[in-house]
Amino acid sequence: MPLNIRTYHELTEPDRSGLPSQITAQRRRVAARLGGVGRVVAVMSGKGGVGKSFATAGLGQALARAGRPAGVLDADFNGPTIPALLHIPVARCTVHGDAIEPALSPEGVRCFSMALLLQDGRPLGFRGPEAESHVWRETLEAATLREFLADVAWGTLDRLLVDLPPGIQRFQELVDLLPAPPAVLTVTIPTAESRDAVRRAMQFARERGAELLGVVENMVEGPFTGDAGEALAREFAIPLVARVPFNPDLRIWDQLAQRMMSSS
Amino acid sequence: MKFLCVECDRQMLFEERQLPGDGTLAAAFRCPQCGRAVGLLTNPMETQLVASLGVKIGGTTIEPQPLETVRGMVTTGRDDAFEDGNGETGKGKGPPPAWSLEAQERLARVPNFVRGMVKKIYADYARERGIGEITPAVMDSARSELGLEGM
Repeated sequence: MPLNIRTYHELTEPDRSGLPSQITAQRRRVAARLGGVGRVVAVMSGKGGVGKSFATAGLGQALARAGRPAGVLDADFNGPTIPALLHIPVARCTVHGDAIEPALSPEGVRCFSMALLLQDGRPLGFRGPEAESHVWRETLEAATLREFLADVAWGTLDRLLVDLPPGIQRFQELVDLLPAPPAVLTVTIPTAESRDAVRRAMQFARERGAELLGVVENMVEGPFTGDAGEALAREFAIPLVARVPFNPDLRIWDQLAQRMMSSS
Repeated sequence: MKFLCVECDRQMLFEERQLPGDGTLAAAFRCPQCGRAVGLLTNPMETQLVASLGVKIGGTTIEPQPLETVRGMVTTGRDDAFEDGNGETGKGKGPPPAWSLEAQERLARVPNFVRGMVKKIYADYARERGIGEITPAVMDSARSELGLEGM
């Protein structure tokens, strides 16, 4: 006679393990910390080497110059570059009560990054069994993202820019953690190869309910040829918000900031 | 993860957690009807996965510390990454607990990257329980109760 096994969801008594309530509390902590943030904007491309961090830093600085409080969360834990791009020296992070103070750029951009925590030249290493580390490492990186969102004193911001690493995994983690999907600013270079990779990421973001704010085409008028920026903007019916040459001047970022500020 | 006492058709309730060694996390569940207890034993990889979620089976009475998972898990952090200050602890009642010499020596072996946070967690734990002096035994109890594997 087969055993009477019920499903997980049919067992509804509190089991005292406290796990569901802890997960709920983690999400509440994220929401509470971001309560003063006007909008979370994920800067993504789905492709490496297109200048996401460069564009994120430029936009953050321009927002600050325009008097709009901005923060940058460097979500590329294995290749963090935002503090260097924002000209933030590595210094001690101050713990105040239940939060860590973000670092400040000369323009006043609030920033937090793994680069502020790691030893020079050392890769991000986690304590744990090496065997099958792929099982837990991504989970730890998702927990890191959660703590960067929930445990940094972001305060009142007009925009919190999240600089994502290549690929779509970190974006999915961000969607899972936030109360609502973030808006997305996409960065590409002009080539057809970039267009094809970035298209997949944009589709992924849209399918998860994210609003696509626009496309930044980076490294134009250089060695790369193509019309990826225009093509993606046309295909997704969103604006091409900036075409950024090599060695751009500040006006490019100021114009981009104006366009971003006009988005709700 | 839930446990069902198949004979009683009742959901089993969490009883206690232990860290018996070798990277094993043990959690005991008991049937509220027949009283039968079962133990869940995780291998080190599974223990790590639970810790990676930033949760403690059985819960904890201590508020999460800022960047608790990052500070507890990252092995390549700078010694001087954090400036922990503004009072050792804000939890519990009474004066801050004293540290025995043995406990201080043990704390000194904790990497700087996480030491300030660990010190605060132990102090909060002791204060909440009215413990006047932190000893290695108190640290062991806190580790087990709070799920501070490796700290």
